[in-house]
Amino acid sequence: MSSVVNDTHHEEHPSGIMRWITTTNHKDIGTLYLWFAMIMFFIGGLMALVIRSELFQPGLQFVDPQFFNSMTTMHALVMIFGVVMPAFTGLANWMIPIMIGGPDMALPRMNNWSFWILPFAFSMLLSTLWMDGGAPAGGWTLYPPLSLQTGDAFPFLIFAIHFMGLSSIMGAINVVATILNMRAPGMTLMKMPLFVWTWLITAFLLIAVMPVLAGGVTMLLTDKFFGTSFFNAAGGGDPVMFQHIFWFFGHPEVYILILPSFGVVSAIIPTFARKPLFGYSSMVYATASIAFLSFIVWAHHMFTVGMPLAGEVFFMFATMLIAVPTGVKVFNWVTTMWKGAMTFETPMLFAIGFIIMFTIGGFSGLMLAITPADFQYHDTYFVVAHFHYVLVPGSIFAIMAACYFWLPKWTGNMYPETLGKIHFWLSTFFVNLTFFPMHFVGLAGMPRRIPDYSLQFADYNMIASIGAFGFGFAQLIFLYLIIKTIKGGKKATDQVWEGAEGLEWTLSSPPPYHSFNTPPAIK
Amino acid sequence: MFLIKNLMFFITSALLINTANAGWLDLNMPEGVTDISQEVFDLHMLILWICVVIGVIVFGAMFWSIFMHRKSRGVTPAQFHESTSLEFLWTVVPFVILIGMAIPATKTLIKMYDHSDSEIHIKITGYQWLWQYEYLNTNVSFYSKLSTPYNEIYNKQEKNINYLQEVDNQLIVPVNKKIRFLLTSNDVLHAWWVPDLALKKDAIPGYINEMSVVINEPGIYRGRCAELCGRHHGFMPIVIKAVDEDEYEEWITASEAKISGVAKVNK
Amino acid sequence: MSESGSYYIPNGSKWPIIASIAVCTAMVGGSTLLNGNNFGKYVLFIGLALIVFMIVGWFNTVISESENGVYDTQVDTSFRWGMIWFIFSEVMFFAAFFGALYYVRAYSLPWLGGEGAGLATNTFLWPEYEANWPSTANGPGEIGGDFQVMGAWGLPAINTAILLTSGVTLTWAHHALKEMKRMQLIIGLGLTVALGILFMYFQGLEYGHAFNDLNLNLGSGIYGSTFFMLTGFHGFHVTIGTIMLIVILGRCIYGHFNPKNHFAFEAVAWYWHFVDVVWLGLFIFVYWI
Ligand code: HEA
Ligand code: HEA
Ligand code: CUA
Ligand SMILES: [Cu+2]
Repeated sequence: MSSVVNDTHHEEHPSGIMRWITTTNHKDIGTLYLWFAMIMFFIGGLMALVIRSELFQPGLQFVDPQFFNSMTTMHALVMIFGVVMPAFTGLANWMIPIMIGGPDMALPRMNNWSFWILPFAFSMLLSTLWMDGGAPAGGWTLYPPLSLQTGDAFPFLIFAIHFMGLSSIMGAINVVATILNMRAPGMTLMKMPLFVWTWLITAFLLIAVMPVLAGGVTMLLTDKFFGTSFFNAAGGGDPVMFQHIFWFFGHPEVYILILPSFGVVSAIIPTFARKPLFGYSSMVYATASIAFLSFIVWAHHMFTVGMPLAGEVFFMFATMLIAVPTGVKVFNWVTTMWKGAMTFETPMLFAIGFIIMFTIGGFSGLMLAITPADFQYHDTYFVVAHFHYVLVPGSIFAIMAACYFWLPKWTGNMYPETLGKIHFWLSTFFVNLTFFPMHFVGLAGMPRRIPDYSLQFADYNMIASIGAFGFGFAQLIFLYLIIKTIKGGKKATDQVWEGAEGLEWTLSSPPPYHSFNTPPAIK
Repeated sequence: MFLIKNLMFFITSALLINTANAGWLDLNMPEGVTDISQEVFDLHMLILWICVVIGVIVFGAMFWSIFMHRKSRGVTPAQFHESTSLEFLWTVVPFVILIGMAIPATKTLIKMYDHSDSEIHIKITGYQWLWQYEYLNTNVSFYSKLSTPYNEIYNKQEKNINYLQEVDNQLIVPVNKKIRFLLTSNDVLHAWWVPDLALKKDAIPGYINEMSVVINEPGIYRGRCAELCGRHHGFMPIVIKAVDEDEYEEWITASEAKISGVAKVNK
Repeated sequence: MSESGSYYIPNGSKWPIIASIAVCTAMVGGSTLLNGNNFGKYVLFIGLALIVFMIVGWFNTVISESENGVYDTQVDTSFRWGMIWFIFSEVMFFAAFFGALYYVRAYSLPWLGGEGAGLATNTFLWPEYEANWPSTANGPGEIGGDFQVMGAWGLPAINTAILLTSGVTLTWAHHALKEMKRMQLIIGLGLTVALGILFMYFQGLEYGHAFNDLNLNLGSGIYGSTFFMLTGFHGFHVTIGTIMLIVILGRCIYGHFNPKNHFAFEAVAWYWHFVDVVWLGLFIFVYWI
């Protein structure tokens, strides 16, 4: 029995909605994840547009300050847990089994559950918008005591986070088990594509830190409902302790949001430069170093909480160190392009945009790491500018690059190239219009998380708001383009891109339901 | 028209980065009015320029390659993919640059942590959503909250130039004296921030944080609460007025007398 | 890496969606209850019942597939990696609470008491407070009132011995399984289960003692918070572990497993050892020093 190729085992191929609900196929599940991320992106983006509308001009125009804070909080939770993480997990589901020459994910039923938690968890989270006391409004960082002032939404928020955490942990376990156990014979670790490597390390980070977040929010829950004093000085606790726990999760989390992007870009740049990736092994080591360092820098988010001097200095140095391995990556990409024979199809454009704008975000990150200067930057729009640069033209651009890169493989159809390019240029223009001015207003003294501001910040906020609407509009093109490509278009070849190398390009476009029924031979 | 005007302004000020353009100076970190704030500003500019230079080199190489090494120019791709010496180089060089940044940063930080020899001690307590100032060793103590009228906030009235940066009772302090602030909160987290003094620290319920400052120039300096503290977080400004020592002494004596006067009447 | 020439992939399954609905129902019910609406109780109960139904159903499917020889060695290895990383995630979950314990003992309590960076805090806010772990560890507000500390050398020490012994009996059973000595296997496992239940019983006694005689509960400041969170979550894990051991015992009696193929047994054994190690951490850091 065990040696049977189990396609025969698959007589019951439910159709319609039941296919999607019960599926154990990595491609189906990958597709589900990606569509989920897409929907959440529009929801989270809509919240960002509420924020930007209110900030278009000084004064209170559209929403109550409390609701504004809810929008900020929910926007971040949705974007991070509902968009970037599921999108990367979707890509992992689609690509990792194929890239390593495996048949599917290692634990397909758990894979299904990892996905099907998400719609429920996010329904719980989003339903808080209609509850007494409103949706959570204490920032995505959930700092007590403020977060303990949340109304009826509070337990829903905490349990939704537990639920999402469960989903991410299981997803990550699946990735690790797949990579460690499902590789085709001959696919040694150091032959794996970088996307697989970065995901292996990301999965490790996920398994290490999501439970810590779960522990942290559990303490919030018991502080609110069961009389514990973890974050209450009168009982011997400390509100700052929550921040330590949160950022012990939170900082590795931001690398969870970026490492798979590095993998995507490391796949795309060589393809369109028609030249092998420069410094493969140093890329692997750099990723591992970033992951290691990410565990010892967390308190750079807390420079102003009044830590002892030694702590401030330690966390400053450790944080600055991350620039070194990240730099190695950037230099390797540039050197890969050097003396290649480049063409600039949409995925390549997004990848190049990623490198440039991520580096800009990295630079501002480095500035934030300088403790005395961070006293001025902290909790201003300079920080908002920093993290949107690494997240939007960073993570989101990388996800889009990946979609363009693999869409022909997934659907069997080429996407309309011109439209893709238009999408890229509009996105790039508007993303900078939105987020670059935020550096200036931040330096000039505009705090984050405020619904109204004094007059000297007015001009640049208006520009940022215009940019945000433009950027949002550009994403409608993306949606349209994807639907159009799924429906039809020029047939894609198996290799799709002239310079493409790797197992995924040896399969048909679209690939068969079970990628490799027998393990491929690895050179 | 409005949009275009703003766009033009944005582009020109971005281009005129290092010329003494007033628009730009308003949009950079303030140099402030203390020795330390000046140091922080210099640090900020130092790192900014280092990043700009690295950026120019990296992006320069990249764009060179984008223009020169494109398929449409008929190049054949090279196949090299490793160079231990190059990789070693670009690990070590950034590391050295980082050390160059870390040293001055640490020096400034150490100065910021020195609260010794302070002459005036003021305890600040954050509330949802106002500040309380207590001048220790005197009986002077008062609350300070936003004084911008609601009509301005709800756009029923023209906004004045200090919109959202004005309070009913300003914090009065002397110049050229070391002032130590003790910071705490009564409910949730707040953060007390005045950019011109390069002071920002969280106010934490149940704990006290310290910071100290010597202000060099008299003047009115405006700041705001910098840690999300609920519905009116955006409406919790700080206004601090630095005056000559004599003026300060006069003010504090007058305030003490006034308060004890009130206390007597109440008895 | 797979060595054989083919792969096993399971059929679609309805259990995951049932699991999601079940957990979601329980969470919504629990939240409603916490918000003070008694109706939530019923929802919570339905959710929990669904969870039990789901677990039984899902594991039944897997067990019968396993017994029918559907799984190959590759699946077995996947399960192993899955279990190992799951346990790692559990370790990190406990790390959060141990971290909190460490933080309050090393930083926040001393600061409140005026040590190090806490001088101003103590002088201005809590001048009366002297920090002492554990006797005044319910903080300057004396939250929860006077309490007494749980000593290490009574029940906790006995419980330590019990858990350590249970690790030995479990290993003995494992060896028996590998050597096909069925009687020893069942006795070993049975003893482990009994020790697990005994542990829980003593833990219950200890909690009763804490509530009734020591005035120690979750609300006893940070001492009570860390004490009950850590021991409570540990006790919860012992409960789960014991249930899993009982299931495994049943399967052994029923004749499942053979010397080569007994992943489920090993998974439960790993889990039990993990619970054991966490207890040692608890005994040292919560009770002893
Ligand atoms: C994808 C997510 C992501 C990534 C990758 C990063 C990357 C980095 N971040 Fe960022 N960060 C966030 C997401 C991210 N961050 C978020 C979401 C927040 C705010 C959270 C909140 O409060 O809500 C935040 C906040 C934040 C802070 C706290 C600010 C504050 O609140 O006061 C700090 C401080 O040190 C920081 C630093 C850094 C650094 C040093 C890096 C480094 O990894 C960057 C390294 C990269 C480079 C430096 C560029 C490339 C390198 C070279 C070209 C080599 C040569 C360069 C030199 C030698 C200079 N980040
Ligand atoms: C991956 C993470 C991610 C992503 C992708 C984004 C995307 C965006 N973010 Fe977000 N953001 C965060 C993570 C992210 N953000 C985090 C962590 C915070 C901190 C929260 C906190 O302080 O607690 C934050 C906070 C934050 C703030 C500060 C709020 C405050 O401090 O009060 C602002 C303000 O401008 C903002 C704006 C935007 C905008 C304009 C986008 C845009 O890129 C969004 C673009 C998408 C769309 C616009 C939707 C698509 C289109 C439609 C819906 C169709 C209809 C539209 C039109 C016809 C125009 N974000
Ligand atoms: Cu007070 Cu924000
Ligand atoms: Cu960080």
